[in-house]
Amino acid sequence: MTFVIGRFIPVDPVLAIVGDHATQSTYEKTRLSIGLDRPIPEQYLIYLNKLIHGDLGTSVITSQPVLTDLLHFFPATLELATVATVLGVIVGVPAGVLAGATRGRWPDQIVRVVGLFGYSMPVFWMGLVGLFVFYGKLNWTAGPGRIDVGYEDVVDPKTGILLLDSALAGEWDAFRSAAAHLVLPSIILGYLSLAYIARMTRSFTIGQLSQEYATTALLKGRSFWGMVWRHAFPNILVPLVTVIGLSYATLLEGAVLTETVFAWPGLGLYITQSLFNADMNAVLGGTIVVGAVFIGINLLSDVLYRIIDPRLRLQ
Amino acid sequence: MSDRLKLRALTGLALGALLAAPSMAHATTPADTLVMAKNIDDMISLDPAECYELTGVEVDANIYDRLVRNDPKDATKLVGGVADSWTVSPDGKTMTFKLHPGLTFTSGKPVTAEDAAFSLSRVIKLDKSPAFLISQLGWTKDNVDQMVKAVDPATLQITIGPNYASTLVLALMSSIVGSVVEKAVAMEHDQGGDLGNAWLKTHSAGSGPFALKSWKANESVVLDANPTYREGAPPLKRVIIRHVPEPAAQRLLIEKGDADVARDLSPDLVAAVAGNKDIKIVASPQAALHYVGINVKAAPLNNPKVRLALHYLVDYQGMADSFLKGQFQVHQTFWPSGFWAALDKNPFTFDPAKAKQLLTEAGYPNGFDITLDASNSSPYMTMAQAIQSSMAQGGVKVTILPGEQKSVITKFRARQHQLLLIYWGPDYMDPHSNADSFARNTDNSDTPATKPLAWRNSWLIPEISKRTEAAVEERDGVKREAMYKDLQQTLLDDSPFIIMFQEVKQTAERSNLQNFIVGPTQDVVYYGYAKK
Repeated sequence: MTFVIGRFIPVDPVLAIVGDHATQSTYEKTRLSIGLDRPIPEQYLIYLNKLIHGDLGTSVITSQPVLTDLLHFFPATLELATVATVLGVIVGVPAGVLAGATRGRWPDQIVRVVGLFGYSMPVFWMGLVGLFVFYGKLNWTAGPGRIDVGYEDVVDPKTGILLLDSALAGEWDAFRSAAAHLVLPSIILGYLSLAYIARMTRSFTIGQLSQEYATTALLKGRSFWGMVWRHAFPNILVPLVTVIGLSYATLLEGAVLTETVFAWPGLGLYITQSLFNADMNAVLGGTIVVGAVFIGINLLSDVLYRIIDPRLRLQ
Repeated sequence: MSDRLKLRALTGLALGALLAAPSMAHATTPADTLVMAKNIDDMISLDPAECYELTGVEVDANIYDRLVRNDPKDATKLVGGVADSWTVSPDGKTMTFKLHPGLTFTSGKPVTAEDAAFSLSRVIKLDKSPAFLISQLGWTKDNVDQMVKAVDPATLQITIGPNYASTLVLALMSSIVGSVVEKAVAMEHDQGGDLGNAWLKTHSAGSGPFALKSWKANESVVLDANPTYREGAPPLKRVIIRHVPEPAAQRLLIEKGDADVARDLSPDLVAAVAGNKDIKIVASPQAALHYVGINVKAAPLNNPKVRLALHYLVDYQGMADSFLKGQFQVHQTFWPSGFWAALDKNPFTFDPAKAKQLLTEAGYPNGFDITLDASNSSPYMTMAQAIQSSMAQGGVKVTILPGEQKSVITKFRARQHQLLLIYWGPDYMDPHSNADSFARNTDNSDTPATKPLAWRNSWLIPEISKRTEAAVEERDGVKREAMYKDLQQTLLDDSPFIIMFQEVKQTAERSNLQNFIVGPTQDVVYYGYAKK
């Protein structure tokens, strides 16, 4: 499907390579060299054949094999999405439980307003305001980019995840710089994830608290919060894992606007830019990664269900 | 713990985590490094035989020395580069270049005429984007090795087919194709006869002021100073170009001193930093022109009076004084101001009454409906809206068709537009570069050998094309200048181009930075003189 869309978008992929001023003969030669003269089904078969052999083709815009590009851009997104999701879970789940348990009272109102804000503010705008305030004015965080220029090329990119690479190499100054650059974008994305997770957790909690077993526990002398955490919370874990998994997968697709504002060389920026240049090898490669991420996270959720829910373990 | 206490603890945890951003200091730019914030997403290759994107050409201008260079003090003048001097044979067809003695590549090996000849023939043999620059000299795969040759290690001789003016040939040798690549290194990385193309996309083998250390797409370009450069080692040891696509983020970086130069600030951001004593704004007029192409294929645009009327329905000065302030100046001829042979005449103003009169004479007293294709990026959308509103005052109802820049160009090249807003930058600093595209079209079929701008607007001009061809062959400089000025006047009288503006680049620099040179084209952005 992506392949077909790619062949029909109104951008000439040859233009992205030879530019607007080249002669017609250069243009034709390039068109032939990337196989665009062949019928589309044949182009697709050629692509599939290469794919089976692990060849995703070469990207037009980076001049690198798509696989190399993905190995470079995906870790940047993985790092950001993981930290953001951890933040979203650490804050979002307690906040959601709190809101659900105090439904209608002020803690609930606060969480709902904070959540609503996160839901409705454009992330692009939040990123810019965040940079302006926390980097520009308060000096609390580092600015756009993944690391300070002084540490450029200091750390050997083994995994591509800067925190991990710098820690493995024992370059703690580089680690601190990378962490300082990660703080703001991960809080902004974490906030989005928090808004979603808190809202869902709240409604799961409300659902569980209206169950008869909750009333029974209270009647048997459990304290209210004891009941919430010991009885209701384990029951919301299964749907919660699904929600967290979905939220994580969405962030792993790459957040193109956040990546643009923070000059973060991630997957979202790569796929979007490739699309604008009709660089279909890169777009397809990126799509395959996104697909794999969704499948992987679904699998992980399934495994977690079994661990969390004793009933599934018995089956 | 009571329920109330637990509730407070939980609320505290939730809110506290939100606010617990650690306070972290960060370094300003190192004293021996130039840090630049720039959008570099157009880069696709750094091989000078392939590279033709704005950022790539700019970077290559700093890692490869060229046979001839633009004077950093006055970019319209040509000065020696790898070649010190040159002579032209009496028939004007053979040029002999003497190389600057003692030059070395960053590898330490000497720069020879053999390398220079290899570099030129490589451009023809690879036949990539910039090949058209020198294939017009009559060079082909088969003859280039005879027409471009090293007479001895210090002498390069080139022969051209057509009777082109030698100033034009020199201008070509100062463009990206004149970059001298180290033959031995390129051939060492040859893969299947690609003359090192795949390797040179992301590596360098030059003798310029810098050598490429790394290029990470969407992230950064890092250059290291070349201590053996022809003009001596650059004052700064390293240049780091960081990919910062968002102009507002560039503004923050320069304000905080985390970047020495911000290249892509929009007029509102320039105004925002203008009062900051740590930042200076440097304005450099550019060669790029912004214009509206009029496709004359069908009525009503095939009527010259209608085309003329449209010229009076654009509020040139109004745009330049408002949202384009500081970054565009009104310019209406096809060769930019400040260059040799430019005709500085801007006869058109916003005059709806005159336009209506012309439209009435053309048989359209009530105007007509028309579409305008434009890139959906800044400032094109605002320009398109301004044009829409000014044309409405002449009864011309414009529907804007926004598109991604590359899809707009694709449509232009397929001649599927009516009006189309776009820009054009010359390929080298000779008026032929623009005349050849604006004022030449002898084959209006759908499959021409080239697609000059006149063709893209379906404007068949055999007579004007002859004059363009005569101008490029004129060897008397004074006559040649007059011919180009006449051509510019002819296109002012009637053409399918509403040329509106010449761009002015505004570069924001930290006050302590000096001699960072932004010339009129990407070929003349020199990092090598910068110091702080």
